Amino acid sequence: MNVLTAREAGLVSCHRCELVHDQGVARCRRCHAHLFSRKPYSLQRVWAWLIAGIIAYIPANLYPMLVTRQLGTTHEDTIVGGVIVLADTGAYGIAGIIFFASVVVPLSKFGVIALLAWSVTRPNSLSQHARLHLHEVIEFVGRWSMIDVFVVALLTALVQLGAAASVHPGPAAVCFALSVVFTMLSAQAFDPRLIWDRPDTPPKET
Amino acid sequence: MTLLACPSCDMLHDVPDLPQGRRAYCLRCNHMLVSGRRTSLDRTLATGFAIAILIVFALFFPFLSIEELGFSNTTTLLGVAAAFLEGWLIPLTLAVTASIVAIPLIRVALLIYTLFPIWRGRPPAPHAARAFRWSEALRPWSMAEIFVLGAAVALVKAADLATIGFGPAFWAFCAAVFIIAFERQITDAASIWSMLDNEP
Repeated sequence: MNVLTAREAGLVSCHRCELVHDQGVARCRRCHAHLFSRKPYSLQRVWAWLIAGIIAYIPANLYPMLVTRQLGTTHEDTIVGGVIVLADTGAYGIAGIIFFASVVVPLSKFGVIALLAWSVTRPNSLSQHARLHLHEVIEFVGRWSMIDVFVVALLTALVQLGAAASVHPGPAAVCFALSVVFTMLSAQAFDPRLIWDRPDTPPKET
Repeated sequence: MTLLACPSCDMLHDVPDLPQGRRAYCLRCNHMLVSGRRTSLDRTLATGFAIAILIVFALFFPFLSIEELGFSNTTTLLGVAAAFLEGWLIPLTLAVTASIVAIPLIRVALLIYTLFPIWRGRPPAPHAARAFRWSEALRPWSMAEIFVLGAAVALVKAADLATIGFGPAFWAFCAAVFIIAFERQITDAASIWSMLDNEP
């Protein structure tokens, strides 16, 4: 297959509205977005946001996510602790959702983004289609990790029953939300066109 | 014929004008280039207004209520957003408010601003293209559907502690989430862009 990319043809496609312009035009003439052939400093931004996300994920697991006071006793649950409590009470489905959204998705997303960003600078490490699938996965799943933050927000707003029972957020909620937002920004900073750029046209930061 | 560069891999394609319902995919990476849908202004605007009305309704009516041992509490959607209003958790209040209320509403407002003048047969509003660009860019940050799944999880957790009741706002918000998903299915960005093409 003879592939001619927009960049090789001296063209730039707007990343928002897909209108094609000549290279050198600064802003899209239809939607006024900044034009660029490849996202500027794509890989640097991917790594920076990813590292920030991993750092925020550590305290998110060490500190309590949820503090429950019930008739004089106080429970502090971390993310994993909360999953174990749910599984003990028999709510396996819910425990599974939370474990998947708060542990499996973030950890695999860190790994997949790192693998993707590492592999685009090493042409023989992974096939282009493998990288394409990895990119589709991180685009789709990242947002769903916010679910545990919403659970904590709802429980805190709802369960305020004075001495009978009350729920308060722990410091991990902030760290976890930051971790999710940072990894979303990391995934958005990745330019999928880097997957296809041939090694003889090294990724240009323009 | 339209010249398109695949947004995923940058390969250039000369796409012929396809009849409605026919899709086009990138030859190299299989990314969908043409969705085959035509945006119906009637339907997209109707869903836009419906979403706005339902979310605003959900803001002011009780969302969930709880009762145990004579104590009871009712929360609204704004109460949920304000759950983190203590000390250094305040940034989380902003994030929750933005992702479940503000961003969905801003998105819909921008969409209506873009499409309403065209629907009336007038030229597009000033900066309509910018407005639509922002409406599309905000999509991943609008998390209403994730919030509803979170609400389901929270209900199971709280059901151990006390008796839970649903308020009208809960059902309104669920309906809004369904309509947001429907709006996404029936709206084709490329056809809206071509309507805006003649903007000066």
